[in-house]
Amino acid sequence: MADATAGHARPVHVEQTSTGLPSTKLAMWLFLGSECLLFGALITTYVLYRGASQTGPYPQDVFDIPYTSVSSFVLLASSLTMVLSLTAAEKHDHARMRLWLLATAFLGMTFVGGQVYEFTHFYREGLSISTNLFGTTFYVLTGFHGVHVTVGILMLLSLVGMSSTNRLPEDPAFPVELVGLYWHFVDIVWIVIFTVVYLIPNPVPK
Amino acid sequence: MATATVPTRRGGILRRPTATTGFWSWFTTIDHKKIGILYGVTAFTFFIVGGLEALIIRAQLARPDQTLVNAAQYNQIFTMHGLTMIFLFVMPMSAAFFNYLIPLMIGARDVAFPRLNAFSYWVFLMGGLFLYSSWFLGGAPNGGWFGYAPNSTTDPTPGMTFYALGLLITGIASSAGAINLAVTIVNMRAPGMTLFRMPVFVWMGLVVQFLLAFSLPIITVALFEMLFDRRWDTAFFDPTRGGDPILWQHLFWLFGHPEVYILILPAFGIFSEVLPVFSRKPLFGYQFVVFSGIAIGFIGFGVWVHHMYAAGLGPVANTAFGISTAIIAIPTGVKIFNWMATMQGGDLHFDTPMLYSVGGVAMFVIGGLSGVTHSVVPSDYQQTDTYYVVAHFHYVLFGGAVFGLFAGMYYWWPKVFGFRLGEGLGKLQFWLMIIGFNLTFGPMHILGLEGMIRREYTYPAALGLAFWNEVASAGAFLIAISVLVFIINAVRARVRHRPLETDDPWDARTLEWTTSCPPPAYNFETIPVVHTLDEFWHRKYAEDKEGRLVRVPAGASDDAPAPAAGHAIHMPSPSFWPLVAALGLPTLAYGAMYSWWIVGLGALIVVVAFTGWALEPGTAE
Amino acid sequence: MDEHDTFREELGAEGLTDPRETGRPHRPHPSAKEYIRIGMILAVLTSLEVWTSYSGLPHGIMITFLWVMSAIKFSLVALWFMHLRFDDPRYSRFFMLGIVGACVLYLLVLLSFRVFAR
Repeated sequence: MADATAGHARPVHVEQTSTGLPSTKLAMWLFLGSECLLFGALITTYVLYRGASQTGPYPQDVFDIPYTSVSSFVLLASSLTMVLSLTAAEKHDHARMRLWLLATAFLGMTFVGGQVYEFTHFYREGLSISTNLFGTTFYVLTGFHGVHVTVGILMLLSLVGMSSTNRLPEDPAFPVELVGLYWHFVDIVWIVIFTVVYLIPNPVPK
Repeated sequence: MATATVPTRRGGILRRPTATTGFWSWFTTIDHKKIGILYGVTAFTFFIVGGLEALIIRAQLARPDQTLVNAAQYNQIFTMHGLTMIFLFVMPMSAAFFNYLIPLMIGARDVAFPRLNAFSYWVFLMGGLFLYSSWFLGGAPNGGWFGYAPNSTTDPTPGMTFYALGLLITGIASSAGAINLAVTIVNMRAPGMTLFRMPVFVWMGLVVQFLLAFSLPIITVALFEMLFDRRWDTAFFDPTRGGDPILWQHLFWLFGHPEVYILILPAFGIFSEVLPVFSRKPLFGYQFVVFSGIAIGFIGFGVWVHHMYAAGLGPVANTAFGISTAIIAIPTGVKIFNWMATMQGGDLHFDTPMLYSVGGVAMFVIGGLSGVTHSVVPSDYQQTDTYYVVAHFHYVLFGGAVFGLFAGMYYWWPKVFGFRLGEGLGKLQFWLMIIGFNLTFGPMHILGLEGMIRREYTYPAALGLAFWNEVASAGAFLIAISVLVFIINAVRARVRHRPLETDDPWDARTLEWTTSCPPPAYNFETIPVVHTLDEFWHRKYAEDKEGRLVRVPAGASDDAPAPAAGHAIHMPSPSFWPLVAALGLPTLAYGAMYSWWIVGLGALIVVVAFTGWALEPGTAE
Repeated sequence: MDEHDTFREELGAEGLTDPRETGRPHRPHPSAKEYIRIGMILAVLTSLEVWTSYSGLPHGIMITFLWVMSAIKFSLVALWFMHLRFDDPRYSRFFMLGIVGACVLYLLVLLSFRVFAR
C-alpha cells in the first residue's frame, strides 16, 4: 500500500462501496444532518426566550450591528477561500491549496477574535452569562458556534501541516473537501444566527 | 487458504500494537467482533449492578413505612437504576449485537470505521465509570433518569452534575457508533445484497442508528443547558429569571421518546431473526416488518408530548399528540401480526431462544396495551406518575427489550463463543424469569390504579398497598435467582466447552451462520455474493415439486471461487489511539467539576490522541 | 487513507458494485470564477439584510425579507460551495433529513409555547 518513492503518499483508489459513494463523505453528511438538530435546539432556546429577560442589558443596549456585519462578511469570505483551496487541490496545486487554506484559517481566526472582542465588550457593559436570559442564551448559542469554528480552524491548520510534510496524497481533494463541508456548515449556521439573533428586531422591554 | 497479514512497525514515536490475541490485545483491538464482546460483557456487568439497585428498591418497598434506605438514598438508587438499565445495559447490549452481527450479516469484514468503533466502546465504558464514580464523590444522580428542572438544576448535591456530564460522555459514544453503523449498513454490503435482501435485524439496526443520530443532539443541548444552570448560574430553567422548566421537558422528551424505540427495535430485530429459524418458515411479510420499523422510527419523533400531558400545554397539543401516539400503535401491531403469522403453520421448536422470543412478544403486547391506555389523555391523567406507568414501561422494556436480548444471547452464543449454553438450565432460567417478571410488574398495574405514587421511598400502611408490594418484591428476588441461573449456565457451559457438532447448530437462514463458530478475524474467506433474502437458507435448501424442503448437496452453491493460494486479506491494524482519546473525555468532565487545569489536561489528551489517530494509517505495513 | 479501503478491493473483485464512480459530477464542476460570483452574491445579500434591519419596514415584512434572504444564502452555500447541486442526491437526502426534521420539531416546540402569539 505504501508508495516507496518519496514525495506525496499513496495513490487514491476509487472506493468500491454498495452505493459507489465514499464512506467518509456519507459519514460527514450524516454528521452535519445531526448537527442541524443540535444548533436547532440552541436557536429554539434563544427564540423562545427572546424578550423574556426581566432585567437588562437588553440586545439593543449592547449590539453593534455594523461590527457584527463585518464579522459576517469575514466568515462568508472564508467559505469562498475554502472553496478556492478545494479548486486548487483538485488541480493538485499543493502550494496554492495551502495558501487558500491558510487564508480560510486566518479569516476564521479573525471571526473568532472578533467574537471574543465582542463578548468582552458585552461583559464590560454588564452582560454576563448569568445576568439574564438574553446573556444566557446569547453566549451559549454563539459560544457553541465559536467552538465549532475553532475546531474547524484546527482542522484547516492540520491539513496545511499534513500537506507541508507530504502526508497528504498526490490528489488531496478528498480530505480538503471533507474539511470544507464542515467549514461551510459552520458558515451556514452563522447565516441563521446572524439573522435570528442580530438582525431580527428584539422586543423592546416594557 | 487465506491468512490475515501481520502488520509491522512503521515510524511514529510509540510502536504500533500488532497483537490480535492475548490479554492486552483487547485494549487495542479494532475488530468489531471483539468490540462486540467487550460491549456485551460490560453491559451485562452493569445489568447486574442495576439489578442490585432494583433489589434494594424492592426490599425497601416490600412493606410500608420501612427505612432500609432514607429518602435521599432512595432517590439516588432509583435514578441510578434507571440510568444504568437504559444507558449502561440495554443500549450497549444492543450495540454488542449490532457490532458483532451486522458486518457478518451483510457479508462485510468489519464496520466502516473500525477505530471509531473501538473509540465508541471505550467512551461508553468511561462514561459508565464516570457516572458510577459519583457514589464516591459526593452522591449519585438523584433527580430521576429524566432529570426534570428546576429540581435537577438546583439540587445542591453533585449528583446531577455527574448525570449531565456522564450522559454527555455516553452520548458521544452512541453518536459516533450511530454514524459508523449507519454508513456500514448503507455502504458495505456484499455484492448482491440490496437493501431488501438484508436481514430484518440489520434494517432495525439502520433505523436505530438514524434515531440515535437525530435524537442525541437534542439531549446534548438539554444537558449542556442543565450543566450551565448548575455550574454557571445561567437562567435556562430558572423561573425566577423568566426561564421555563417546560423547555427542559420538551428537549428531554424529544430525545426520550425516540430513545424508547432505540431500546425496543433491536429486540424486534432479534425476534424477527429467531422466530423464522425456530418455526422453520420464512418471516411472514418481510416488507411489512421492514416498513413498519421505518414508520415507527419516523412517527417516534412525533409523539413526545405524551410524556407531558399533565404539564399544562393545553388541549390542542394534548389531542394532537394523543392521536399521533395512537397511530404509532399501528405499525407495531403490524409487526406482531407478522410474527404470529410466521409461527402459524410452522414446525415449531421451543428451544430457549424461541421461548424468549415468544415470551418477549407476549410481554411486549401486554406493555403495549397499557401504553394504549396511556395514549388516551383523560385516562393518562389518572395513570401518570403512578405505578401503572412503572408497570407499562417495565413490560415493554424488560418484557420486550430485555427478553429480546436474552433470546439473542441464547441464539448467537454458539456463534460468538463456539459452544452452546445449556438447554436444560436455559429453559429453567426462562421460566423463572418470566414468572418472576410477571409477579413483580403485573401487580404494579393494580398498585398504580389504587394510587401508589412513583419515586417515593415509602408509603403509609393505611393506604392498603402492602400486599401487592410484597408480591412484587418476591417476584424481584425470583428474577434475581433466574439471572443467577443464567450466570451458572454460562460458566458451566464454558467449563464443559462441548464443541459444536456443526457451525450451523440452529439450521439458520442468514449469512453470519456461514462462518465458523467463532468466525475468523477476517469473517469470510471470500466475500459472499448474495442472490436473495435469507441467502444462507436458500443455499442449503431448495423446494421439490410438492414444496417440501430438499437439502442442496454440499458444494452446489455459487460462491465465487476461493482466492488463489498466497492471496492475503488485509485487515486494519490494532491501535491504542481510540482508548487514549476516550480517556480524555472523563478527564474533561472531572475538570469541568473540579479544576480548569484538569480541563486543560483533558483537552491536551484529546488533541494529541486525535492527531495521532489521524496520522496513523489504517493498516500498518 | 482509511482502513476500509483495504476491504474494498475485494468487493470490487467480486464484481457487483455500483458503476458510478465517486467524484464524477453529474454536472460540470463550477470554476473558480463561478465560485467568486457566488461569493459576490452572498456579500450583496448580506448587505441587503443589514439594510433591511435598519430600514424601519413594518415588522412582519422585515422578518419575511430577512428569512427569505437567509434562506437564499443558506441554499447558495449548500448547493454550490458544499457541492450538493453537483453531487449524488443521496448526500442531500441525509442532510435534508436533519434540516427538515429540525425545522418541523422545533417549530412544534415553539408553537406549543405560543411564541408566535406573543
